[in-house]
Amino acid sequence: MNTMVHLVITLVVSLAAIGPLAGARWVWRSPRTGILLWQLLMLTIVLCVLGIAFLTIPELGVTVAIALVGVATHHWLGTLRTRRRHRDVLSLVARVDAAVPGVLVLDHPLTVAYCVPGLRPRVVLSSGALAALTRPELAAVLAHERAHAKERHDLVLLPFLVLRPIFPTAAASVALLVEMRADECAAPSPLATALRRFTAVVPPGALGIVDAAVLARLQRLAGTREPLPALVRWGVVLAGLTLVTTPLSFLVW
Amino acid sequence: MGLGVGGGWASTIHLMVSSLGELERAVMEVLWDRPTPVAVRDVAEALAPRELAYTTVMTVLDRLAKKGFVHRQRDGRAWRYEPANSREEYVAQLMLDALALTGDRDAALTRFARSVSVPEAEVLSQALAEAHQNDDPTP
Repeated sequence: MNTMVHLVITLVVSLAAIGPLAGARWVWRSPRTGILLWQLLMLTIVLCVLGIAFLTIPELGVTVAIALVGVATHHWLGTLRTRRRHRDVLSLVARVDAAVPGVLVLDHPLTVAYCVPGLRPRVVLSSGALAALTRPELAAVLAHERAHAKERHDLVLLPFLVLRPIFPTAAASVALLVEMRADECAAPSPLATALRRFTAVVPPGALGIVDAAVLARLQRLAGTREPLPALVRWGVVLAGLTLVTTPLSFLVW
Repeated sequence: MGLGVGGGWASTIHLMVSSLGELERAVMEVLWDRPTPVAVRDVAEALAPRELAYTTVMTVLDRLAKKGFVHRQRDGRAWRYEPANSREEYVAQLMLDALALTGDRDAALTRFARSVSVPEAEVLSQALAEAHQNDDPTP
């Protein structure tokens, strides 16, 4: 019964931390620390739930674990299928352009830049984006996209997307931190002007879906961008590790 | 296969793999250029400078059919092929994907910034819907 109390307390503490962490702006200064903290927090929550379910009815714990793995697998296979289809269509209609080596260009006037993650990632630009961006802006956008591909941010996001129906704020926060991490890999000032160009496609008077996330990134780029002191970063990680050891220690026994 | 141009097996295989995608694209371009379904031998003729074997063209068309990019119909003893969608429709599909306007699978791609005006999104979606309505109602 003692174990149960520990798990419940850890779960309550973790759940209570979601709101403040989602609202925290200090993690913007060190996005990777923020992502790690979210990962530890979500792992703690999942393990606590599994532990509590297992202690209540062992079969329930096993069922929940199997269901989670099943949902994650389903999600991942769907993502892979969508990507394969997207890559197949790209190979039929995208062209290479001498101005941007290693990038696929789609002939379309809208301003779009994205990356198809995977073992052989593709970075894609619309001809509209190619025409709208200056050289330094283009380099910044490509550096941002290549950071996504190289650091496999799609895999970082996967568990949060699986849990999004239950924890939507966690998924949104991590998605933003991942963008900020990719922003760190590009030259800040051309990146900021490029971001503004992407949002400027909204014609005046029209209803635009300007992401709150884009505004947050612009705010971050306009600020000092000084990373958190090492001591703070380690302290934060240590707190997260302490949290996760509670359910882990019980599961290991 | 008419693809191997010497240089040993390894380079032949490499050539085959790297040029398959490019061949598919070339074949699609032939089909997009023609207003009516095209027979295999006509595709091979249009790609004559490449000196492709008939069977190679057939293989490529078969792959495209399996992926759903072309439809085929019987014409006597031969098959005729036509593109499932126009090039513009495929570009529009990719743009909708890229702008995360196609629904739930928005983790498949990572985009630089997701900002598009509602009218633009509607124009894209409408273009796609109309193109599908205009498709020949082939049985």
